[in-house]
Amino acid sequence: MRNLIYLLFFLFNLSLFAQEYFPDNEGVKQQTDITYVFTNATIVDGYDNMMRSGQLMIKADKIVAVGKNISIPKDAVIIDLEGKYIYPSFVELFSDFGIKDFKRPSSNGQPQYGPSRDGYYWNDHIRPEQNLTNYFDFDEKTAKQLRKAGYGLVNTHVDDGIIRGTSSLIALSESEDITKTLVAEQTAQVFSFDRSNQTRQSYPTSIMGKMALIRQVYNDAEWYQTENAKNKDLSLEAFNQQQDIPQFFHTDDYLDALRADKVGDEFGVQYTIIGSGDEYKRINEVKQTNAQFILPLNFPKAYDVENPYLTQYLSLSDMKEWHHAPYLFKRFEKYQIPFAITANGLKSPDKLLSHLKTAIEKGLSKEKALAALTQKPAEFLKLSDQVGHLKPGAYANFLITSKDIFEDNMTIYQNWVMGQKHELADMNLVDISGEYQLSFNNQTYDLKLKQSKGKYSAELTKDTLKFGTKLNYKDHWFYLTVTDKSSENEFNRLAARIDQPQSDFQGKVFLNNEVTSNFVAKYQDSKENKKDDKSSDKKEDKDEMLPVTYPNMSYGFSEISSEPKPILVKNATVITGESDGTLENTDVLLKDGKINKIGQNLKSSRAKIIDGSGKFLTAGIVDEHSHIAATSVNEAGHNSSAEVTMEDAVNPDDISIYRSLAGGVTSIQLLHGSANPIGGRSAILKLKWGQPADEMIYDNSPKFIKFALGENVKQSNWGSRTRFPQTRMGVEQVFIDYFSRAKAYGEKKNSGEAYRKDAEMEALLEIINSERFISCHSYVQSEINMLMKVAEQFDFRVNTFTHILEGYKVADKMAKHGAGGSTFSDWWAYKYEVNDAIPFNAAIMHNEGVTVAINSDDGEMIRRLNQEAAKSVKYGNISPEEAWKFVTLNPARLLHIDDRVGSIKEGKDADVVLWNAHPLSVYAKPEYTIIEGKIYFSLEKDKELRQHIKKERSQLINMMLRAKNKGLKTQPIKKENKEFLHCDSEIELH
Amino acid sequence: MMKYLFSLLITFTIFNLCAQQTPAPEQSQPISIVGVTAHIGNGEVVENAIIVFENGKITQVSDVNKAQPKGKVIQAEGKHVYPGFIAPNSTLGLAEIDAVRATRDEDEIGTFLPHIRSVIAYNAESKIVESMRPNGVLMGQITPRGGRISGTSSIVQFDAWNWEDAIVKADDGIHMNWPRSFSRSGNWYDTDRRYEINKNYTKQLDELHTFFDKSKAYYQSDDFNRNTVYEAMKGLFNGEKTLFVHVDAEKEVLDLLAFKAEYNLENVVIVGGAEAHRVANEINAANVPVLLQRVHSTPNFEGDDYDLPYKLPKLLSDKGILVGLESSGQMERMNTRNLPFYAGTAVAYGLDKKEALKMITLNTAKILGIDDFAGSLEIGKDATLFISEGDALDMQGNRLTHAFIQGGEISLESHQTELYKRYSNKYNHKIDE
Repeated sequence: MRNLIYLLFFLFNLSLFAQEYFPDNEGVKQQTDITYVFTNATIVDGYDNMMRSGQLMIKADKIVAVGKNISIPKDAVIIDLEGKYIYPSFVELFSDFGIKDFKRPSSNGQPQYGPSRDGYYWNDHIRPEQNLTNYFDFDEKTAKQLRKAGYGLVNTHVDDGIIRGTSSLIALSESEDITKTLVAEQTAQVFSFDRSNQTRQSYPTSIMGKMALIRQVYNDAEWYQTENAKNKDLSLEAFNQQQDIPQFFHTDDYLDALRADKVGDEFGVQYTIIGSGDEYKRINEVKQTNAQFILPLNFPKAYDVENPYLTQYLSLSDMKEWHHAPYLFKRFEKYQIPFAITANGLKSPDKLLSHLKTAIEKGLSKEKALAALTQKPAEFLKLSDQVGHLKPGAYANFLITSKDIFEDNMTIYQNWVMGQKHELADMNLVDISGEYQLSFNNQTYDLKLKQSKGKYSAELTKDTLKFGTKLNYKDHWFYLTVTDKSSENEFNRLAARIDQPQSDFQGKVFLNNEVTSNFVAKYQDSKENKKDDKSSDKKEDKDEMLPVTYPNMSYGFSEISSEPKPILVKNATVITGESDGTLENTDVLLKDGKINKIGQNLKSSRAKIIDGSGKFLTAGIVDEHSHIAATSVNEAGHNSSAEVTMEDAVNPDDISIYRSLAGGVTSIQLLHGSANPIGGRSAILKLKWGQPADEMIYDNSPKFIKFALGENVKQSNWGSRTRFPQTRMGVEQVFIDYFSRAKAYGEKKNSGEAYRKDAEMEALLEIINSERFISCHSYVQSEINMLMKVAEQFDFRVNTFTHILEGYKVADKMAKHGAGGSTFSDWWAYKYEVNDAIPFNAAIMHNEGVTVAINSDDGEMIRRLNQEAAKSVKYGNISPEEAWKFVTLNPARLLHIDDRVGSIKEGKDADVVLWNAHPLSVYAKPEYTIIEGKIYFSLEKDKELRQHIKKERSQLINMMLRAKNKGLKTQPIKKENKEFLHCDSEIELH
Repeated sequence: MMKYLFSLLITFTIFNLCAQQTPAPEQSQPISIVGVTAHIGNGEVVENAIIVFENGKITQVSDVNKAQPKGKVIQAEGKHVYPGFIAPNSTLGLAEIDAVRATRDEDEIGTFLPHIRSVIAYNAESKIVESMRPNGVLMGQITPRGGRISGTSSIVQFDAWNWEDAIVKADDGIHMNWPRSFSRSGNWYDTDRRYEINKNYTKQLDELHTFFDKSKAYYQSDDFNRNTVYEAMKGLFNGEKTLFVHVDAEKEVLDLLAFKAEYNLENVVIVGGAEAHRVANEINAANVPVLLQRVHSTPNFEGDDYDLPYKLPKLLSDKGILVGLESSGQMERMNTRNLPFYAGTAVAYGLDKKEALKMITLNTAKILGIDDFAGSLEIGKDATLFISEGDALDMQGNRLTHAFIQGGEISLESHQTELYKRYSNKYNHKIDE
């Protein structure tokens, strides 16, 4: 605390004479603690706590009393607020107010792998010690904007880094008294998935790397706290001290919100999540986080769809995003998820109320809207006693407004911050808005006076003629300059004092010829006109909310159905993939997610019957090597990233999932990329389109990890020439080094001694203990052989070599070692190390006794892996039965999921595909793709979805055209990007 | 120095490995294929056929009972004969290994490069080229990439000692990349790289017009000094060359059709045509053929039918458009051997099988202007053909027993089959021939 005050002195090293015991040499010492009483106001401390003709008494920076008949001290200044409203001023929860942007340090052209600091955490993106006060500089310009928008307090922080230190609550007041400005210190510890700009340290480059890093911080912090690590780490010290205050996590999309919550759950921390605005996409999962949310109001603008050719480039996802964003708040309210609102992300805080009113039009209640700006922020900061409310003891932070804040043409007159008045508009200004008949010089004109946010403007017309006007109206004085547009030099100036609202007034005219005369303005009652305006306004907003689909894009399902009905496939040719071989005219019953029965003349009264005559039923295709459904593929910041897991990076909203289903694929291994020798852990998924990410991941999933060899890991075609290793010789040593360390780690762990929990070492130890399996990206025979020898040295087996295009050269050794091979059917020539790749590779490995799979590694090829399997018949004479196993049973075996999938066998998961022809034929296509007994793709369903897309697109395009006609701003169309992630993605190579 | 040595080493290694199968000698005696199912390539199929060719030309195609075999007889009962498949818009032989820059010669710098001639860089001994032949792909249009006008293509056959001998038609067409309405934003490392409206579209069209105006002026006048760039464009105006325009989007296609009319260009071909189905009637009315993008593609847009690229050949051919299939795109050279399976996939999604075959044989020959001597099994045409044990459009059936280019029987071996044999022998596996 002493530290803090010390810092504050530096910070506010302005004049400090406001402190009461400080001498003052500049005048008489003023009494500052005046008592103010505001009377006759409608006091709104939340819409469930409204008081008409209320009184509010404040003294210094505190509210002293609120009520109908409070006792008013004699020395109080009384302010009559007849007809006006008092609200608590808003609290901005998520701000970087007073913090300057950081410029990234300049680069020497080489990546930086180590940290830049001593005495802090090993990773520069972890900066919990970052205290606001070291960086803060009161920014009056922004403060003014925020006060204008209705804010009294901002919770600001240094918005830089993954763990970025603590926020503080700052009063938006110009006060020189620091105690009035710094309302609360260390209000929350703030996290994000954004890297720090104060460093160039490479790690982490990916979402899974960031999550792994945060986990490691928790582990290290615990170790530091309990075991008194020998080194001094100011970051971890700060982190440990800051565990008992609220923990805020800033996220960029709903997937990140779920990810943040997942990390928190693992360490018993409940984050308050600063959302991104797309949480409506998976509201159930968002609800299940049990987190409270801070939501932005930055709705996307409508797209300019007037050009029909360009409109084709606009995706349904983008259109729906525009459409659904304003409904977010209604959905949060309905699902009873607590939320506050932030103006962060808006172009200017000015837009706050207008955007919020849009949300109210779309179904958010006024009660929740107001609470989200006042009570909820206070609650989230655990400062409800002091801020966000109008109650005795709370800080005197409130707004005086002309009417209900959500009504049109509401004016905020005054924003009181910590007992200090900030006038935004003259509240004693007599309301002169309305229509008048203006007469002077024997002429009559129509005068329209309009008010917006306390500012008036004038419109002067005579018949169809419109005059130029300039109005200056304040302190009861009305000055109007009128120009005849046809003769620019003729100015008439009108002046009048006005004391009565909306009534006749008169004054003097200074004509252009220096003659003066009088004018009269007669007030015209125009209420009827106003009513018309309003009703027409409302009509236009009748657009109804389109249903959210899962995912909320083309081909999304309107619901995630629960228990599927049994399915009975009749009279199909069943390619079992088991010793039964191929069965003609056979029925298969799918029930409770399993293959229930295979036989002849099966019956089921409840089942949906699918006629399989002339068709082929097979197990769903399993792709051993895929990168679809991923937010990110490579953690390229270290040469080992065994701590990261692709389970953290699953993106269930990837259209490739649906398209792969249409190609008969039901399971994939989502692999980490090949940027480093030791990559990340895998996610083994079922392509349950529409389900959230966690539902796609196999339960009791076997543990896998990606390794890689050759050109990519030695950075032949990308990156720097400074990262070890740069040769295949170095690659071997990376493995030996890491496994040796993992072994030592395991020994220490087993010894019962205290040890620092290290997620990377844990994964490597699992490999040594044969609890985690390697799928290794590999090409040439030397490196394949090398890895097997390394594994044998550490007494484990390499489970799978993937790509393995020279596997045929060492197939005998692979068979002996017990490694499988998952390869491309015919790819080659894309880099030097695939020069000897041959399409006969699969056949030779198979003939030598290696378990062979054919994989895609590609969002296009995954759609027709059946054809790729058929190439093994052409290249190398593999029998059709065996070739079919290359994409079903064999990859299932390699992934240790063959107890569940890969063949048609009673008791296995009902993951099956019905084809119109033998699946090895080029003429075959799937008609049904079923996972766990549920139809995820069928030609029929696909047809319906296509219709649905057409319908929704036309509805949304119409809505956008209406929006543009209404004068709303639009944005130019952006075309969606079609780019598949490969092993090499996120590094420069293709 | 080190770098230099390294490049030298790579170059040396590659050349060392590049020895192709020895090209076949000229046809010395008549050859007759008897009892075969003949897929003519023009939509006809003759069962139990006889095909005779002499001096490199086909002299007989008929029912086996209507003609006598001559010379060497190949009994091919139960087998199938096809005209050699033609790969248009290909960079085969212009680059060998994607990731090794020293091996890449397909993309010259500059904007308007009609004078750039692909064929002189065509490596007749490319290991990738030879790997086409066991799948029945026997000819290709070797095409440069990049720029607004990429250069001039030539058509080659895939069994030659050098580029000069490989030529079947030199300098057949000029390739142009039509401006796009959308251009890519951001940097390569941005995760969300969208395409944004190309504000320079009009300007780019204007540049194109200016270039064509100048070219036309050059063509019409004798006063100019020789200018290699405009000289190369002459063929477009006198009808000797075809203009191949690489264009995908609907609006751009319409702009192209207007451009064609404006310059009175006789031979214009659309290459790519991902959205050609939206303007199929207009394309057909303008009598413009389409060399359609790789069938094995993913749809461009999230809302597209999942099978759109698969069914595009049918959608266009149903409208009466002359369609050939091309295979440019990622890893295009090595993937070109899958050309027959692109056609096969189109059949799975509705196209008639005979139509599909035309799209990699006679249609392509017509589009390239070589149908007077190639593209089908018709009397008088080159004997560029192959025998397959089964349906050559299907992976399982595509097994070649013989292949001929201009009558010469070519080797079906390759670097890849040699490695296959070498290592099968190592393990004592039996290889069925």
